[in-house]
Amino acid sequence: MSLIEIKNLHATVDGNAILKGIDLTIEPGEVHAIMGPNGSGKSTLSYVIAGREGYEVTEGDILFDGKSILEMETDERAIAGIFLAFQYPVEIPGVANTTFLKAAVNARRKAAGEAEVDAMQFLKLLREKTKLLGVTDEMLKRAVNVGFSGGEKKRNEILQMAVLEPRFAVLDETDSGLDIDALRIVADGVNALRGPERSMLVITHYQRLLDYIVPDKVHVLAKGRIVASGGKELAQELESTGYAGYADTEAA
Amino acid sequence: MAMERSYPAVLADRYAELAPTLAHHSVGWLNRLREESAARYRSAGLPTPRVEAWRFTNLKDLVATDFALAQALPPVALDSLPRSSLLAVNGHVLAFVNGKLRADLSTLDDLPAGVTLLPLSEALRREEGILSAHLGRVVETVENPFIDLNTALMEDGIVLSLAEGAVLDKPLHIVSIGVSTQGGDKPVAFFPRLLAVLGKNARATIFESHAGIGDGAYLSAMLSEIRLEEGAHLEHYQLQNEGRAAFHIANAYAQLAAGAVYDHFALQIGSRLSRNEVHAALLGEGARCHMNGAYLGLDKQHLDSTTFIDHAVPGCSSREVYKGVLDGQAHGVFQGKILVRRDAQQTDGHQLNRALLLSRGAEVNAKPELEIYADDVKCSHGATVGELDETQLFYLQARGIDRDSARALLIEAYVQEALDEIGNAEARLPFQRLVGGWLKSRKD
Ligand SMILES: Nc1ncnc2c1ncn2[C@@H]1O[C@H](COP(=O)(O)OP(=O)(O)OP(=O)(O)O)[C@@H](O)[C@H]1O
Ligand SMILES: [Mg+2]
Repeated sequence: MSLIEIKNLHATVDGNAILKGIDLTIEPGEVHAIMGPNGSGKSTLSYVIAGREGYEVTEGDILFDGKSILEMETDERAIAGIFLAFQYPVEIPGVANTTFLKAAVNARRKAAGEAEVDAMQFLKLLREKTKLLGVTDEMLKRAVNVGFSGGEKKRNEILQMAVLEPRFAVLDETDSGLDIDALRIVADGVNALRGPERSMLVITHYQRLLDYIVPDKVHVLAKGRIVASGGKELAQELESTGYAGYADTEAA
Repeated sequence: MAMERSYPAVLADRYAELAPTLAHHSVGWLNRLREESAARYRSAGLPTPRVEAWRFTNLKDLVATDFALAQALPPVALDSLPRSSLLAVNGHVLAFVNGKLRADLSTLDDLPAGVTLLPLSEALRREEGILSAHLGRVVETVENPFIDLNTALMEDGIVLSLAEGAVLDKPLHIVSIGVSTQGGDKPVAFFPRLLAVLGKNARATIFESHAGIGDGAYLSAMLSEIRLEEGAHLEHYQLQNEGRAAFHIANAYAQLAAGAVYDHFALQIGSRLSRNEVHAALLGEGARCHMNGAYLGLDKQHLDSTTFIDHAVPGCSSREVYKGVLDGQAHGVFQGKILVRRDAQQTDGHQLNRALLLSRGAEVNAKPELEIYADDVKCSHGATVGELDETQLFYLQARGIDRDSARALLIEAYVQEALDEIGNAEARLPFQRLVGGWLKSRKD
């Protein structure tokens, strides 16, 4: 069974039609990349998958493990194993990063009928993950994303993914704002999580990320539709030609 | 029918009733002070919302209540009061039940040299010179009927006096407990009085916990007079956690001489209707004042925080941050006036007030007021009223945290940030505990 199946997805944001019939199927263990011009609907797709308020599905369906998730709340989807690394991670003053991560871990444990995580055990788990991603103890103590540099915010997203171990992760431009070293660290972090059971949808503007996180498939999203799909060489092609060839593909 | 500017002077007739029973009526100057105050109060009455300063807080329910003066001590065991409703502070304790001293609940340990600390009733009995020298002086020229009401009807309270350079070794914890009457008895009213005089470079810390036992009404109306001489430093922390049918009208007036520091924080979470006024007059160069607070309202609570900072001379600074959280149909009021007089050049005055509304029925009225007559000043104020941030809620939910828990996390963060204004971490702790309890008890 496919892990995620998006069928003829139409969605509106505040009443404006943004997604206009997306079909996308991802098998367990696969990594797909989505590229596409600014404003083509990539982030919108990620929010619709995460179930953000105000993003209304008007037609079509999203199946996870063969079951529709459209009626599920955002937190229910997260607990089912869907993760979104935000293009613009949100600052939460007054909530320490550790507190936040622990609340997220405990929410999962509660749903699974397990006791809350032991504080020492949690710190140990956190240490392992942070070392890999170059997240400092100091960043863990600070309020979520407050005062983090752009790159630190992105690393923090991947740290959350590493701690929560989702089965399906959408990474929305996780590479933007990263310097070359940070890009490699983040890509290593992502690759460490690749496995036969875990699938990913990587949204990016740059072929460079896909040199590190090599996708099984690449799709081009333009004006709310997938207008081309191919192997990883499609990304290279786009690098040289741009999106010019796809700009007019929208049916009138 | 057009509303008049004043309500009738409730309790005014009680003065005649009280006068002969006052233990201290032999003190001539005090009797005169009381009589003048009673007369002024009787003719002025209480302000209606037609009076600008009372636009947002209507005393009609208070005026409609037929209060009696608190009589003998109710035989209340303080065990019936959950400890968690008071600040947990280690220090000297002066405890009052319905305004009357409870010696059995008070502990005044050995006091350091230069410190006088005693109940007002005792100070009056001893005719302490400090009383005739200071009582009523700080508020002499202020028009406020609650000052007159307190002066006319006060029976007990706290007198703290520090000689030059003296330091109060431990915080003073003033505990005021209102016990509502049972059955057909009239609700009680009481009028605690604090007089604090800190000599040059003296230092002290005062905590106040105002709490209640029982579900009925009562009126707690404290008046504080604070005089800080040159270089004196007072930390003054207030918790208003009165019973949920109680009225709380408190007024604190501080005068600061040159280089004096007044650090104030007030947390309001109790009562059905409260007005906590704090006034600081910066009368000597280099005086500094921090006037901060938070209010957390539920159900139909009405919580009013009114402050006034008077920059009278050059080179003083004030910083004020108030934050509120309102749920249910609670109504919050913040009025913050900063007056910079013509002579008060190089004034540094900042004010910020923020309110978080958690429900459609909740409401806040904020009135920042900067009145500046000097030209070389640094003054600012900011005000925001908002709801929980949907983007933050979505982010938390996207990590699996359910909406109620996500809201609770954000509310807690907001409230804890308000407490961060308490510069002294040790003083912050008891407030954090209280707020933790409040957060747990409120349900989404
Ligand atoms: N609240 C809204 N109301 C109307 N239009 C919106 C709203 N939010 C987003 N849009 C529009 O939806 C379109 C898709 O936006 P989206 O953020 O999904 O683009 P994107 O592909 O992620 O772009 P980028 O590469 O710049 O991140 C844009 O044209 C945007 O202006
Ligand atoms: Mg985007």
